[in-house]
Parts: sequence; C-alpha cells; structure tokens
Amino acid sequence: MTLFGIPLDIHPIWLTLEVAALTTLALLIIGIPLAWWLARMQSRWRVLLEALVSLPLVLPPTVLGFYLIIALGPSGPVTEFLGLFGFEGQLTFNLMGLVIGSVIFSLPFMVQPMMSAFQALPEEVLDAARLMRAGFVDRFVNVILPLARQGLVVGSVLTFAHTVGEFGVVLMVGGNIEGETRLVSIAIFDHVESFEYEQAHLLSAIMVVFSLLTLVSVYLINRRLSARLG
Amino acid sequence: MFEGNLSLKLGNFQLDSGPFAFHSEGVTALFGRSGSGKSTLLRAMAGLDRRTRGSLRYHDEVWQDGRRALPAERRDIGMVFQHAALLANRSVRGNLAFAEQRAPRDRGPAIDRNEIIERTGIGPLLDRSVANLSGGERQRLAIARALIGRPRVLMVDEPLAALDWRAKAELLDLFESVIHDFGIPTILITHAPLEVERLADRVVFMDAGRVERVESLRAALDRVDSPLFTEEGPVASLTGHVEPITDEPRRLRFVTTPQTNDGQPVIFQLGTDGNSIGRGPRRLRVRADDVALARKRIDGISMQNQLPARIERIETTGPGRKAVFLTLNDGQRLVSEVTDRAVADMGLDAGQGVTALVKSAALLR
Repeated sequence: MTLFGIPLDIHPIWLTLEVAALTTLALLIIGIPLAWWLARMQSRWRVLLEALVSLPLVLPPTVLGFYLIIALGPSGPVTEFLGLFGFEGQLTFNLMGLVIGSVIFSLPFMVQPMMSAFQALPEEVLDAARLMRAGFVDRFVNVILPLARQGLVVGSVLTFAHTVGEFGVVLMVGGNIEGETRLVSIAIFDHVESFEYEQAHLLSAIMVVFSLLTLVSVYLINRRLSARLG
Repeated sequence: MFEGNLSLKLGNFQLDSGPFAFHSEGVTALFGRSGSGKSTLLRAMAGLDRRTRGSLRYHDEVWQDGRRALPAERRDIGMVFQHAALLANRSVRGNLAFAEQRAPRDRGPAIDRNEIIERTGIGPLLDRSVANLSGGERQRLAIARALIGRPRVLMVDEPLAALDWRAKAELLDLFESVIHDFGIPTILITHAPLEVERLADRVVFMDAGRVERVESLRAALDRVDSPLFTEEGPVASLTGHVEPITDEPRRLRFVTTPQTNDGQPVIFQLGTDGNSIGRGPRRLRVRADDVALARKRIDGISMQNQLPARIERIETTGPGRKAVFLTLNDGQRLVSEVTDRAVADMGLDAGQGVTALVKSAALLR
C-alpha cells in the first residue's frame, strides 16, 4: 500500500504489533509472580536477583543477542533440553525467537513498576484481608492485584512500547528475514542503508507519534490512578 | 480464656511475653507505653506474623504451638486497625461486603447488618468512596466491617490515636455501647488510661516486651502505684447509666449500678446539657483531683454533688499528698486526693463517714 504517495510495506508494522502483544502477555504471566516474589523477599540474595532482572537495562543488546543465539540456537542448551520432551522446532530466526528475546530484554520494564506497586501496598490492609478470612489466592486476586493495578498497567504499556522500539536483540535473534522477522525498527535501518529516505521518513514518523502517545498515556494513567488511590 | 507464652522478634524489638492467662469475656486492655510491645503481642495473638513462636490457646483451641500456627484467616478475629486499613479500591458498601461474603454462616455472633450500620452511623456513607472519608468515619466503617464478619474475638489497636478530640469522644461512646450490647470478647490496645477506665474489665500491663501483670480494672484502680495513674493521678471508674432529669430534660444525671446487695444507687449531677452525650449505660470517670472531702454536708457551695461515703483507707501518693479511698453507698469506689495537712487537720482515718464533694462541671468532660 502507499501512504502520502510513498510505498509502505505494511507487514513489519503488523509483525511488530504482534511481537509486542505476545511479549506483553508473556511478561504479565511471568512478571506478576516474579515481581511479587521479589517484593516480599527477605533474603540477602534479593539484591542479586534484582540486579539480574535489571541487567537488560545496561547491557548492550548485542551481548544479550549473542548469548541468546548461543542458548537458543539449533544445538544450544535450551533447544537440546526442549528436545528431550520431543520439541523439534527452531527457537531463532522466527517469531518464537523474537518473542523470547523481547521477553528477556523487556523484563525490567514489566517487573520494576510491579515491584514498586507491590511494595507500596499497606501491610495493614493485607492483614485486614487475612483476618476477614481471605486466603492467599483470594487476597491476591481481590485485594493485591486491584490495589497494585497502576503498576500492572504502567508495566504493560512500557513493555509494549519498549518491545516496539527494540532493535539490537531482535536483529541478532531474529535475523532480518523479509516477511518473517523484519520488524519496523529493522525496516527503517534497511531503508536508510539503501538510501530510501522517503520510506524511512514515513516509518520513523509513525514511530515518533506512537512512542509519544504511549508515554502520554503512561503519565495520564499514573496521574489518574494516584489521584484516585489518594 | 486466653493462655499462652509468645515470642516474636521484629527488627531490634524482641517480644518475650512470658506466660500469661486472662479471661476473654468483656474487654481486656493491653496497656503500656509506646515500645512496650502491645502491638507486637496483638499481631502475634492474631497470627499475622509467621515468625511468631511459643504457645497460645483460646479456650480449648490451639492457636500456636511452637512453629505451628492456626492461620490468621481461620481464627475468626475482627480487627480494627489504628489507621482503619480500608480497601482503597472499594466503596464503603464494598468494604462491608468483602467481610460479609467471607463470614461463616454456621458460627460466630450473628448481628443484624442493618443494626450494625445504624449503630455505627455509616448509613449515609454507603455509596461513598473510602478515599473521601474523615478519620472518624473511617474508624466507624472499620468497626462496622469488623462486626459484620461475625468475629469470635474483636481486636482493637489504638483506634482513637489518629483522631481529633471530638471524633475521639464520639468513638469512645460508640465503642462503649457496641462492646456492651454485642458482648463480643474484645482486646483493646491503648496507652491512654482514660480508654482503659472507660472500656476495660481487666488490664494486661506490658513493659519492655513482657507481660508484667494481669489485673481486674478494680484491682488496677485500687493501688496508688498503678501505671494508670502516672499522668493524672488516681482515678475512680463507676458503673451506671446516664439519664435526663425528670422535670429538666435538658439536664443529665448519672445513676450508678449498686455493686453490693444492700447498696443504694448514687446519683451524680452532670455538668453538661449536651445532646452530644449518649443516654444509657456507661462508665463515669472521676479524678481524685476533682473530689474534695467534708465532715458533713455544706450549703452555699458550687459543688453540686455531695455524697455520703466511708473512708476505706488512706495512702501516700507523693510528697505531701495522700489518696483517700472511699466507699460510696452503692459499694463502688471513689478516690480523693488531698494534702497531708488536710488529713491531719480534719483527723481523717479509716472507717469514718465523710461527705465527698464533686464538681459536676468536672464530670463527663
């Protein structure tokens, strides 16, 4: 299709949205228990675990991508381990690889806001819920998650946006296979490399608008929810 | 009956209660200065901290045995926290519903929902968000929420500490009547002697993480070195009820409930025409400072309450000051604090009959 008279390959956009959505979903499932466990942890190992979760913030994406290729490659330990259970597929250079890479790369963006939300829960309120005979699952679903929803929403939006904006890890783990693993950020790089500045402009502008909207919504959510929770 | 010996270490604080036992009926006050371990003992008794060790029994149920503990959610405790601990994401109605839905159908005192709402006065607030409630309203909701959950034991942690004086006075009245009428065994944490004297039947004195002693309120008010007396000096607490005076409905009087078989009720004129004071059963707190003594009735004096009394004993409270313990006609105790000189000049001694003079303006303030 064309937009403003410029040819636009729509596939990278759809793929980017798909990867971001799958990553956010996977991180909600992994991140909620992980953040709760870390937030309540008393052990001194917590410092190390928190640092591990935050590592993707400071590590060059190429380092992460390199280790992921080694671990997830056809003869890598993860693939071989899964092979014991009859897994025969491939974990790199496809959608699966993109999602696994994104999940690890975006982990701190989901876990950190959720951890601070869990830590900010008033202890008295959780005790009150216990004494009202709410068991752990009941408390988690009906008290903890609703009271920590700000962290959940902010974490999800940031994860989604951060996954959309990824470049290094997805380039290394996904390769740059047109129509299969070529995401928007990589497509822009390709256009620039081949001096197709018009296409690069268009995709870049879309990214700027999208990112701005995302951040505005994060700040709006933060303001509204903190006002409501007093 | 509560019986146990609990320990719990929280940061630098160590609770080592030592063996304790007390009846659970009525109101038991955990009394001590801040840092004495009252709240820690209450948390340990409620089963809210899994680092708790030791033993605890409630009647014939084992709540704690070494490391093993009955989960807090199965102890049927209704707790009113210092800061109310409301669920911020739910309305007033939603907070009540949370407790009600989880209340057992087959045990615990069933108190009518509407009666709880009416007594705590939260009816007009039901659809409000809890974020917009005042401090007093929050505590009212906390009380209603605790009661609606059919608790076998009510635990109340300094519920008045964060409130202004007016809300404090209203809530104290509410607690007094609710505890009296619903008869749920209650454990109350407080560092305020006034709350003990108004509400408690017995006192667990705590100091430095230990249970120092357990006494009936009567015994605790019967010794001059009572920790309850450190701020305001000796105090008496009389049981009775408030009623309007027949031909002057705007004025109130306090009629005591005789504690002995041949006792006669004693009547105090109250120094208030307030509609803010609830009618009905309550306790009257009389400070020894506000009680003067005379050999006989005196005319032409502003003190309106002149009560015949008998001196039971006289004890020294401090340099130059003595506490005169009196028995009124209804068998209840009144204390007067006077100077050594007054005792010597009047020749006061145990066994004598005197007239106790009490300013009505000093009562119910």
